[in-house]
Amino acid sequence: MVKKKHNTVVLEKCPTGIKGLDEITKGGLPKGRPTLICGSAGCGKTLFAMEFLLRGALDFGEPGVFMTFEETPDDLAKNFISLGFDINDMMLRGLIAMDHVYIERSEIEETGEYDLEGLFIRLGSAIDSVGAKRVVLDTIEALFSGLTNAAIIRAELRRLFHWLKERGVTAIVTGESGDKMLTRYGLEEYVADCVILLDFRIDEQISTRRLRIIKYRGSSHGADEYPFLIDEGGLSILPITSLGLDYPVSSQRVSTGVPKLDAMLEGKGFYRGSTILISGTAGTGKTSLAATFADAACRRGERCLYAAFEESPSQIIRNMASIGIDLAPWVNKGLLRFHSARPSLYGLEMHLLTFHKIINEFHPQIFIVDPISNLNAAGSATEVKSILTRLIDYLKMSNITTFLTDLTHFEGVLERTSEEISSLIDTWILLRDIELNGERNRGLYILKSRGMSHSNQIQEFLLTNRGIGLIDIYTGSGEVLTGSARAAQEAGEKAIDLVRRREAERKLRAQERKRNALEANITALRAEFDVETLEVQLMAEEEQKRQAVQAEDRLDMAHLRRGKPLDIQALRSKKKTKG
Amino acid sequence: MKAVSKGKSKKTKSDATEEVWNLRLYVAGQTAKSISAFTNLKKICEEHLAGKYQIEVIDLLKNPQLAKGDQIIALPTLVRKLPEPIKKIIGNLANTERVLVGLDIRSV
Repeated sequence: MVKKKHNTVVLEKCPTGIKGLDEITKGGLPKGRPTLICGSAGCGKTLFAMEFLLRGALDFGEPGVFMTFEETPDDLAKNFISLGFDINDMMLRGLIAMDHVYIERSEIEETGEYDLEGLFIRLGSAIDSVGAKRVVLDTIEALFSGLTNAAIIRAELRRLFHWLKERGVTAIVTGESGDKMLTRYGLEEYVADCVILLDFRIDEQISTRRLRIIKYRGSSHGADEYPFLIDEGGLSILPITSLGLDYPVSSQRVSTGVPKLDAMLEGKGFYRGSTILISGTAGTGKTSLAATFADAACRRGERCLYAAFEESPSQIIRNMASIGIDLAPWVNKGLLRFHSARPSLYGLEMHLLTFHKIINEFHPQIFIVDPISNLNAAGSATEVKSILTRLIDYLKMSNITTFLTDLTHFEGVLERTSEEISSLIDTWILLRDIELNGERNRGLYILKSRGMSHSNQIQEFLLTNRGIGLIDIYTGSGEVLTGSARAAQEAGEKAIDLVRRREAERKLRAQERKRNALEANITALRAEFDVETLEVQLMAEEEQKRQAVQAEDRLDMAHLRRGKPLDIQALRSKKKTKG
Repeated sequence: MKAVSKGKSKKTKSDATEEVWNLRLYVAGQTAKSISAFTNLKKICEEHLAGKYQIEVIDLLKNPQLAKGDQIIALPTLVRKLPEPIKKIIGNLANTERVLVGLDIRSV
């Protein structure tokens, strides 16, 4: 009792091995219970059921029984060999058992009571023969067209599903869509645990297959419609929102291939694993930038996947050679792979799946889509957004640097990409035309770049025969100029500069002359002054002499008059000085 | 079911050209349905095909693999192996008229 309760709490699941389905169903189909797969003709029911069975046998060690009511085992084996499954070989190896139940109404007469014990016995014997854990009944509705007594069939179906549960096999029952019901004969009435609807729609000549889990008792599940694909690898379901925002990030940087652009991004380039969008109008050099990036990646020895929606690989290689980028050697070396397809070739899901597949086998470090805007041809804007979201999420999970180009149409709304995926973009570079003076030039600037302090400058973007060049744009005198206008402006400015410099030089020289004159003046004055000073000195000396002579004369005279001894002494000292 | 082996009643070639009716009755164990089917069949054969029929009863519980060969789904099923073409009648054969039509026996 307790154990049973425990079982109901944790519903055991049976992994299908179908790409994407186990994510949506959070583990697989309910283990040991029947699941109904319904849908219109050709929607992939048989494939779904068969893949479940074959993957179970091959990957999960659960042998299976395929009971077919429609196609013969031979036809099935032929159909599935193209998907890489060798049913006959698997039957020989005892991995699966097949039973073809064929009911031909015209051969059968019904009289009185009967039951479908024969079916049970056949199924039971097939299950025992391989020890099956999985059973497919495709499609059991054939009973209704083969036998007339619907009451008996219904009673027996109820018993059959009970019986399957008792045997503990995980079963898939397929059923064709009815008018108002999920299945023509109301099989959903008997299969209460899990019902999955497959749908096949054609919108504007492009077909899309979709899968929806209608109910899944005892388990949460994705409730959306999930696009799915059938290709040579079997069935693939693409969960729209299966990925969270918990991918690992790298702080490693990758060069853009343009040194100046690297310089604008902190000198290091993009973050590895980030998503880069280049948007611009036609002819602004988006592809050239993408090719430069690819070239740089290959130079580093990284693998690069280039999804081209506009040009063929050879055309890209030829055109890029004209700007000095030679991509051909990288292609030959296997570092660069082109994936070229018209967007309208198939539906968006197919594109996404093709990307997944190539990425899984090529393991690129760089993934370029040129351009994403062309995907609009294959679906509506919301679908494109959903596809891109899933693609970008997936690439981020795989740490692949994604480089998307986007063709914008109107100058005015350049900042709004048509897919409005800006929130998904880490680094957004805008290429724009700058029209001035009858010339069109290209400008490049970084609109945003998460996680780095990027340059806010508009750079003039030049395509030369030696690759991409970026030139600081002319921003003097309050206007922005590019191309020859920039050159002219620069030349004009140079001339003005020269004139000004000459003027200044002239003034300097005049001032110099003035200074020289002034200094000459000063010298002359000083000379005059010196002369005067000399004269004054001479005069003073003479006056002194004169006074000395006078004093002597006066002494002599006094001596002559009195002849005093005191005066003799004075006279002696005077004689001494004279001597 | 004891009837299994003793059901094989073969007989008399009254006419050299007369064909032998080879009938096979598939059942699963001795259920009420299978017993009544056998009884009904026996009765019809005795009445309409006396001496030129052969009944083989196959119990699928014992030989489940035999169900595949004759494409048996419903039980009991009566299969007319001979004369050709193969005919199948499912049910307990309670409605004699329909059995006769199903087996394509012209009532004599």
